[in-house]
Amino acid sequence: MSEFEPKIIAFMCNWCSYAGGDLAGTSRLQYPPNARIIRLMCTARLDPAFVLKAFAEGADGVLVAGCHIGDCHYVSGNLKAEKRVQMLKKLLPELGIEPERLMLRWISAAEGERFASTMKEFVEIIKKLGPSPLRGAAK
Amino acid sequence: MGDEQGKNRQADEEEPRIGVYVCHCGVNIAGVVDVEEVAKYASKLGNVVVAKDYKYMCSDPGQKLIQEDIKENRLNRIVVAACSPRMHEHTFRKALEEAGLNAFLVEMANIREHDSWVHMNQPKEATEKAKDLVRMAVARARRLEPQHKPKVKVKRSALVLGGGVAGIQSALDLADMGFKVYLVEKTPSLGGKMAQLDKTFPTMDCSACILTPKMVDAARHENIEIITYAEVEEVEGYIGNFRVKVRKRARQVLEDKCTGCGLCAEACPVEVPNEFDHGLGVRKAIYVPFPQAVPLVYTIDDEACLGCGMCEAVCGPEAIDYEQKDEVLELEVGTIVIATGFDLFDARRKPEYGYGRYENVITGIEFERLVNASGPTGGKLLRPSDGKEPHRIGFILCVGSRDEKAGNPYCSRVCCMYSIKNARLYKEKHPEAEVFIFYMDIRAYGKGYEEFYRQAQEEYGIRFIRGRPGEVVEDPETKNLLVRVEDTLLAMPLEIELDLVVLANAIEPARDSEKVQRLFRLSRSADGFFAEAHPKLKPVDTLNDGIYLAGTCQGPKDIPDTVAQASAAAARAAIPMAKGEVETEPIVAFVRRELCIGCRICERTCDFGVITMVERKAQVNEAICRGCGACAAACPTGAMQIRHFTDEQIYAMIEAAMREEREIAVKEVEG
Ligand code: FES
Repeated sequence: MSEFEPKIIAFMCNWCSYAGGDLAGTSRLQYPPNARIIRLMCTARLDPAFVLKAFAEGADGVLVAGCHIGDCHYVSGNLKAEKRVQMLKKLLPELGIEPERLMLRWISAAEGERFASTMKEFVEIIKKLGPSPLRGAAK
Repeated sequence: MGDEQGKNRQADEEEPRIGVYVCHCGVNIAGVVDVEEVAKYASKLGNVVVAKDYKYMCSDPGQKLIQEDIKENRLNRIVVAACSPRMHEHTFRKALEEAGLNAFLVEMANIREHDSWVHMNQPKEATEKAKDLVRMAVARARRLEPQHKPKVKVKRSALVLGGGVAGIQSALDLADMGFKVYLVEKTPSLGGKMAQLDKTFPTMDCSACILTPKMVDAARHENIEIITYAEVEEVEGYIGNFRVKVRKRARQVLEDKCTGCGLCAEACPVEVPNEFDHGLGVRKAIYVPFPQAVPLVYTIDDEACLGCGMCEAVCGPEAIDYEQKDEVLELEVGTIVIATGFDLFDARRKPEYGYGRYENVITGIEFERLVNASGPTGGKLLRPSDGKEPHRIGFILCVGSRDEKAGNPYCSRVCCMYSIKNARLYKEKHPEAEVFIFYMDIRAYGKGYEEFYRQAQEEYGIRFIRGRPGEVVEDPETKNLLVRVEDTLLAMPLEIELDLVVLANAIEPARDSEKVQRLFRLSRSADGFFAEAHPKLKPVDTLNDGIYLAGTCQGPKDIPDTVAQASAAAARAAIPMAKGEVETEPIVAFVRRELCIGCRICERTCDFGVITMVERKAQVNEAICRGCGACAAACPTGAMQIRHFTDEQIYAMIEAAMREEREIAVKEVEG
């Protein structure tokens, strides 16, 4: 009972990854219930400040998921998100947060399977890392 | 532009009065999530005036419930906790509008696809998650603002890409409805794969005989402009106003002068394998793919041509023009139908069947060409190795279909039927022949198909052997083939010697579908075919508004289904054109001028040239903005925002995801 249950915030684009999540649902694929998804039209909308805000609020992990490269509905929104995530990964250790707590994944609308396995995998990773060092501070 | 938001003050100025509606979706949600508890929880959240749960929120009474509450309780924001917003957001937006509330003041919490269906064995956790999702939705709902959908005019013209039977049908329907149609085909002629077939199942109509009149109709139609030997290079714009660049390759023959007499081809000394006959026959370097080609205009195959000038010398109307250059056309269309068809699985990828190594192993489409009267052998099926008539023929089904190893788990849907058809065709002409069909399951699902299959068994004496052959081996001397198969009905291994083996190789996504996908911003399903907007309710729409799918580019299908779908796509494409205008998404960028410092970062980030600087402040051209949000994410001051996805709305969701409202309130007081 007292096993650590990570709190995860996920930012997903409407066209691919969020839809991939819908497909995981229609296909009744089971995965752990730790993530709370915030839908964006495209990962291009991902302001790095959103990720920092999520960590500041005590999130144990942040998942960003968008269309595969080349499939973005707005051509290159995901490339922009990729750069921002790379930048954040360098910044996070400065704040005492392990960069592994931030994950970027491309999940298409057809990849319900990949959606579910990403959820499982990420929850595992965060469980190993333990609670975010900022968790208490957020309160 | 700054005051755009203030247009509708209705919801802006008042305190938010929120109604929360938790859907049972029968047992789909309520079977896992404690919906009553979620509704009770929601009723305690700030600004929530009513919270209810109901069996089916999307049903008429469900919607009525919301509408009545809006009036009675003066609600100005609605949260529906139900299925995915991709499913029913539209429904609830409409319901709000009918009740006099702006459509964008509803927020959905996805507690079905993202909750009850994926945590079926964790009711407690699923209920907690549902509460969190509702809290997040309420937090966002408080900050929702009314939005207005701009209207755009729709051009009364359509692009149909692909000149097979699907494209031809869509083009004809649209043209008959009075719209201008550009029918663009990659190869030199309309016709597609159907033109290569001999007979069609189950009616045994001659394929060309039923197709070519349609090709001619398309060519004659005053509203259709046929552009062959052409490919799309660029697509810009959106529903109503697409701008499409098409490169029409130089065929080195002037279309308006060529009479199709064929003297040039007679004179041409160069012979190359004919693609139309799958390389079984030959054509000249100047050619039409097949005699009934539309347009009946010759084309010089640049790679094969020696430049000897023979064709030019014999051409009466002086149609040969070696200097002809590619032409780039710019088309403006309101809607687009994609009908790019399929390609066949390369049977070499199943080396155990020996295709490409053994001369007497051929594919289904090669069989069609060989039995076709206008094919390379004049309709006589002869063994490639010795030119003799085969006596024992075997058809192997599911070559590369229903085959995980080959990467195609799906069924190609036509192979059973066309193989039975081919088997019958041969038996009709050669009653003494012995014909075998090796199958896993026979799928005879269409009208008259089962009967057709029955007859093949009972009246034609075709032998059906249930089992997927393990291998085919060739006798190097006789070139006969030994098929090794386990008959799964008799549970017995068999070895059958045959003169000819015909492989029913799978239908696969067209080789250039990746390119088409990118150009038109489509998505593909797991099988690689283009994805429809909804598998049941929007089977011919795509997620890119104004673009529709017809035929096998969406998935394997037979001719009747292809034609039906092509008509459906035409009908769907006609709707916005007939209306003349469509509403577009209001989710676009806007600027809070007082925060803009004129740094121009947004301008550089935007890929669509939407942002310009006016008096050192950013300005958005809403007509071309697509609302991706890249500019807003890059803006250092928060001046650049996206309607319906503002910073405040997103921050509110992050906070709500992480904590209860009481904690947020405490923090705000302390902060
Ligand atoms: S739309 Fe999915 S990442 Fe851009």
